[in-house]
Amino acid sequence: MSQAAPAVPRAADTGPVRRRRAVSARHRWTGWGFLGPFALVFALVFLAPLVYSIYLSLFRNQLVGGNSFVGLDNYTQALQDPEFWSGFGRVALFLVVQVPIMLGIALLVALAIDSGRLYGKNFFRISIFMPYAVPAVVASLLWGFMYGSRFGLVGNLNDAFGWHLPNPLAPSWILASIGNIVTWEFVGYNMLIFYAALRVIPTSLYEAAEIDGASQWRIVRHIKVPAIRGSLVIATIFSIIGSFQLFNEPSILKSLAPNSISTYFTPNLYAYSLSFSGQQYNYSATIAIVMGVITMIIAYAVQLRGMRRGN
Amino acid sequence: MAASTLSPRVTRPATAGRRRAHSVDKPRRSVTLTVLTCIVLLYALVPLAWLVINSTKTQAGLFSSFGLWFDSDFALWSNIHDTLTYDNGIFLRWLLNTLLYVVVGAGGATLLATLGGYAMAKFSFPGKKAVFAVVIGAVAVPGTALAVPTFLLFSKMGLTNTPWAVILPSLISPFGLYLMWVFANDAIPTELLEAARMDGAGEVRTFFKVSAPLLAPGLVTVLLFTMVATWNNYFLPLIMLKDPHWYPLVLGLNQWNAQAATAGGQAIFNLVITGSLLTIVPLIAAFLLLQRFWQSGLAAGGVKE
Repeated sequence: MSQAAPAVPRAADTGPVRRRRAVSARHRWTGWGFLGPFALVFALVFLAPLVYSIYLSLFRNQLVGGNSFVGLDNYTQALQDPEFWSGFGRVALFLVVQVPIMLGIALLVALAIDSGRLYGKNFFRISIFMPYAVPAVVASLLWGFMYGSRFGLVGNLNDAFGWHLPNPLAPSWILASIGNIVTWEFVGYNMLIFYAALRVIPTSLYEAAEIDGASQWRIVRHIKVPAIRGSLVIATIFSIIGSFQLFNEPSILKSLAPNSISTYFTPNLYAYSLSFSGQQYNYSATIAIVMGVITMIIAYAVQLRGMRRGN
Repeated sequence: MAASTLSPRVTRPATAGRRRAHSVDKPRRSVTLTVLTCIVLLYALVPLAWLVINSTKTQAGLFSSFGLWFDSDFALWSNIHDTLTYDNGIFLRWLLNTLLYVVVGAGGATLLATLGGYAMAKFSFPGKKAVFAVVIGAVAVPGTALAVPTFLLFSKMGLTNTPWAVILPSLISPFGLYLMWVFANDAIPTELLEAARMDGAGEVRTFFKVSAPLLAPGLVTVLLFTMVATWNNYFLPLIMLKDPHWYPLVLGLNQWNAQAATAGGQAIFNLVITGSLLTIVPLIAAFLLLQRFWQSGLAAGGVKE
């Protein structure tokens, strides 16, 4: 992501525009002509709401006194709000457990497909990617039905084999069940990112290693994985952002498991409930900003760490 | 770039592999590894199989038969018929809405990202560094964090509960812009643009005649991924739309499912399942048919560091 980009503008700077200054004066603004439409819509749907939400977070709407400026009061409230922290703890746990499992499986499958030792590797690649094309709503309904006791697979298996599998929709299991849905949706996507990165490692590196008698595992550990570090960092950052934004799956499963998923199950669900059930727009905007800032800090830290180890 | 470096290696095993039975390019096939990878394959495919199998069951059959095998009566056609006609054919209306959001939203997003990425890659202009910083920052800002303020802003502008409320935010894909930027940087030789300008072609003409064809693989990739994002978008329409007549498919399906939980609501699980199947078929078909394009485009975006 961001570490990718610094190289890009530099490449353009050395282009003809910089070299021929006389022409560049005339062409100075041409770039904006192409970027203009994007910039305009971006300002409307991104910058304006961002500024507006900061504005909202500094006010409070009270029965007595109406809309008034309260400074950072909303932020102090958010930082002491047990419901916010309980949701935050849940997504943090989700992040620490689900993301490594998902990326680990994705990396193993990508390495397996890239090794060329599989029968029918194209079939594997495309099939494992397929769940990515399934909307979160359909994935959640689908798994929700399969989890369910009414006509679900879990009920079927218990009946057929006399097992006592726990109910995946019970409060103690629901987070793991959601983790499974998210893993199912994104394992193939991450696998493809890793696989694409593995494909461009020069074959000569493997040949040299093989002549030196390196085992496959050594090649994986010392050539392949370091070579795709950039992709691993990008995938990790996107997964972190995804975890902290967790909303769709719990929101949809709520109708199948109303007792397991509270209105503050994740920070995003909490912000949504505050706005659309509670009409507390100011506080909801504050929660969203706090969550956004935490996400950015963690994503940035991961990126710095990933880059430093690359040197 | 990645697209071109990729293809020689992919095609090589067929010819070079024949000389030696097993080489780095064409190692011995492993049954163990294939079986292990099959576990992940099953994990990916079993839920989809479940969906296909259960869309052939009646509502009663869903409850009385084993989940991963067919029931005695095959009700797929009647399920499809019922899905399309239930509630005066609201499903078709949702499908048309989805198509509208996808064509205008994803199509527009791809166009804006392509033009913008081209500008970032091939021009230097005042404020470019700032644009770079803001867009990279935007990738990191959780999209849903802005949903509530966007809703409030749009509601002041009278845009909520109209298709515009869903389409406008879909038009921006920072990741698409970034991908096209990286892609344009490598796919379009600067000398080619210089030559076109020497010949007196205007910038717009140069873009369409010279650059656009070179950008095609990246463009298809961005189009596919913005299509998936728009087709699958749940959160944005959920907050923006009140009137079910403007719902996209996924919101409609969720409403059908929730209907069973409401008092006096009719449970129509067979229609939810069949509707889900109908919802994912077009996307899966698009991915399968356009494989060649998006895989090379993805390589370009994912590999760059």
